[in-house]
Amino acid sequence: MAVSPPPRAGVPPLLEVHGVVKSFPGVRALDGVDLDVRAGEVHCLLGQNGAGKSTLIKVLAGAHQPDAGRISWRGEPVRLSDPQAAMSLGIATIYQELDLVAGLTVADNVFLGREHARLGLTRPSSANRAAARLLERLGHADIRPTAEVGSLPAAAQQMVSIARALSQDAKLIIMDEPSAVLDSEEVERLFAVIRDLTAHDVAVVYISHRLEEIREVGDRITVLKDGRTVATGLPARETPTREVITLMTGRDIEYVFPERREHPDPDAAPLLEVEGLGLRGSFADVSFTVRPGEVVGLAGLVGSGRSEILESVYGARRPTSGTVRVGGRRLRPGDVAAAVSAGVGLAPEERKSQGLLLGESISRNISLSSLARFARAGFLSRAAEAEAARQQVTALEVRPADVDREVRTLSGGNQQKVVLARWLLRDCRVLLLDEPTRGVDVGARSEMYALIRGLADRGVAVVVVSSEIPEVLGLADRVLVIGDGRVLAEEPAGALDEHRVLDLVMEDAAAHGGPMHTRDDEHAQREGDVA
Amino acid sequence: MSSTTVATGTDAPRQPSGTAGRRSGAGFLAGPVGRNLGLVVALAVLCIVGTATAPDRFLAVDNVLTILRLAAVIGVVSIGMTFVIIGGGIDLSVGAIVALSSVWATTLATQAMAADVHWIVMVVTALLVGAGCGLVNGIVIAYGKLVAFIATLAMLAAARGLAEIIANRRTQIVQDRDFLAFFSGDVLGVPTLVVIFALVAVAGWVLLNRTTFGRRTFAVGGNAEAARLAGIRVQRHTMWLYVLSGVTCGIAAVMLMARTTTGSSTHGTLYELDAIAAVVIGGTLLIGGRGTIVGTVLGVLIFTTLGNVFTLNNLSSSAQAVARGVIIVVAVLLQMRLATGSFSLGRLGRGSGTGGLPAPAGAAGTVSGGATPGGPGGPAPGATTDRP
Repeated sequence: MAVSPPPRAGVPPLLEVHGVVKSFPGVRALDGVDLDVRAGEVHCLLGQNGAGKSTLIKVLAGAHQPDAGRISWRGEPVRLSDPQAAMSLGIATIYQELDLVAGLTVADNVFLGREHARLGLTRPSSANRAAARLLERLGHADIRPTAEVGSLPAAAQQMVSIARALSQDAKLIIMDEPSAVLDSEEVERLFAVIRDLTAHDVAVVYISHRLEEIREVGDRITVLKDGRTVATGLPARETPTREVITLMTGRDIEYVFPERREHPDPDAAPLLEVEGLGLRGSFADVSFTVRPGEVVGLAGLVGSGRSEILESVYGARRPTSGTVRVGGRRLRPGDVAAAVSAGVGLAPEERKSQGLLLGESISRNISLSSLARFARAGFLSRAAEAEAARQQVTALEVRPADVDREVRTLSGGNQQKVVLARWLLRDCRVLLLDEPTRGVDVGARSEMYALIRGLADRGVAVVVVSSEIPEVLGLADRVLVIGDGRVLAEEPAGALDEHRVLDLVMEDAAAHGGPMHTRDDEHAQREGDVA
Repeated sequence: MSSTTVATGTDAPRQPSGTAGRRSGAGFLAGPVGRNLGLVVALAVLCIVGTATAPDRFLAVDNVLTILRLAAVIGVVSIGMTFVIIGGGIDLSVGAIVALSSVWATTLATQAMAADVHWIVMVVTALLVGAGCGLVNGIVIAYGKLVAFIATLAMLAAARGLAEIIANRRTQIVQDRDFLAFFSGDVLGVPTLVVIFALVAVAGWVLLNRTTFGRRTFAVGGNAEAARLAGIRVQRHTMWLYVLSGVTCGIAAVMLMARTTTGSSTHGTLYELDAIAAVVIGGTLLIGGRGTIVGTVLGVLIFTTLGNVFTLNNLSSSAQAVARGVIIVVAVLLQMRLATGSFSLGRLGRGSGTGGLPAPAGAAGTVSGGATPGGPGGPAPGATTDRP
């Protein structure tokens, strides 16, 4: 398909989403999403991690119910009350973690829930023939319908998912990062399938972070940011890369960054020294130092290895080479407890699953890493614990300031403060922040920035990773630009601007065939990552 | 199509609209106290039934002491099990470890040594054997990364088999009179076994609620990854949980040796099921992260009292088993109802699609009224809720 199908006069779009809002306790995942998909087009959905893509997909698949907004199908308002409702309309979703039953055959999976059967007895031969026809149509006659799905490579499994969608007579197929698990040849074959689908008037919503793919296969682009549609209907081929990325990363309001100290004492001995750090398949030869009072930022696209670097410094991953020193003492690689006792703290990327005990109180979350301090011979003084937690809650202005409250009920920003409070209570000297404002309301971000700066001013060495380049530039004294697992540049933050960083990343990407990660062997280790 | 740029939001720090302060103060009935209150009520109902059906015998001091003495052994095992389950694991091998400990502590060699030195040798042997089995479980699970269910299932088979080998399938009689005298005695009228159970329960409560060990147990069971990233040595802690469970099995073995005056490879049969049942109806979540010692103690008492009431009324143990099964299901169903509010949100990603109830499928407009009489139309669009 070379040309995007023009809006046919009088024909309503296949799918129209207007003003969809979806909140979860503490965070508003979708905050006014608009999207229209025409029959026979490939509509690309772009946005960073946490922008709301996954939630939107789940709303369209009927797995989540929106709190507000309108969804229309062929011009008629519809309610996607459950996955069956979405499927019966003709919306099929191919999730990133493929939802196939590994122990069943290809044909069983294709017709799961709609088995070929007579009088309750399954008819494998008929199912196998039908599955074979579908796979052939997809140009994958090489996949045997009787093969066990668990034994197939990822690309073939994906085809099984697509075959299932086709068998349901889907009019709209949503593909959530289908290329993440494919090599370039497989991606080409996937594109051929997609083109064939659209030629038959099936619409595809295609999610990927690889801009070059979107240029190749896409017709129009919708960009999400912070749960909102920031642009919709952009032509996929003509829109300049920079514009797309600015839409994804740029912000609508100027955040207020706190004043950066002029000279974070250049003579001070570095507190954190990272030398030649590498993790096979992820990043290599990363070296940097952070002095007390300094904020160092790691900028780069998703999959560049930024988070992995941070986690390896912390010991949450075991680096395959290099050393980490804190205050001159070498840390044992791959040992979080050792890093923590050396005074290192991490605010992880996935706050809820990695950072917090959601069902526990604020107080218990704050004291988690400092329990020994409140204990004598192992016995906790709960009064002292609660008092210390209260002090942190007051100092960081956690709202509501009730230390007995379950962390689950807090907003994203306040949850992040609880994580920071944990490390402050421990008097940590090196603070590693992975996406510190992910899921934090726009209004609360400036407060978070001031907080981070304040910590640095008290002598903490801070490392910040963020997908939002302006955030890194605004917050950090010094910035390392990371691309494809390597340090591309290290410069004072003042010497860089967003476009310069993007240029560095893009040049590198052009030279290395894509700004993408090399995470083949540790697939989907982080759920919903890679944004 | 034009690109529309959405203007800024005005997000002031938003108060989450969700459930406010589920556990904080106000909700007396919703908190742990309330859940235990339900167990207290259940126990009271059983006692009333017992008094009504066997008025002269049920409340007799002897009968009450019998109930407590029976509860004591399984109770001690259940305390250890509570820790393991809160920590996110399971221990199927407790009964087998009890058997092995009792056999090892009553071999001729051990008894001979005990005769030379002191009967405490037998006690120490039982505890060490229990701790050793627990250590093996712990190492295999924490460092070998074997699923707890499988590792302890293997220990269940192996430990009982070893007990049979050592005992040569014979029942070993405890010879030491001082040992028997000590453990079959009483303290101010309370049987020693009951006193031991009380001590273990109190120690367990303190350990769980007042020490760093207990706090870390909740953290490891509630979110192992968060606990690891907070600097807790999750593997080591997990190992200690199984050692703890093994030690309680050793204590239980000593108590059984005293009560039956024997050591036998058939001791403790199916203790794993009784202990898990008691822990679970006591309100401890099988997925870990939440639970109480008080609930476990009440759970043990409920099961033992139930058995006593059935026995007093000459009802078969088969009928008792049926009642037991019903109680477990009802208790766990109640527990799930209490837990869904707080747990289903933990994994947003998975959606709540597991509730397989045929909800009135509402592809807008296609479904009329449904079964509810007088409910005009379905729920208004936009006012939908996420949960079935």
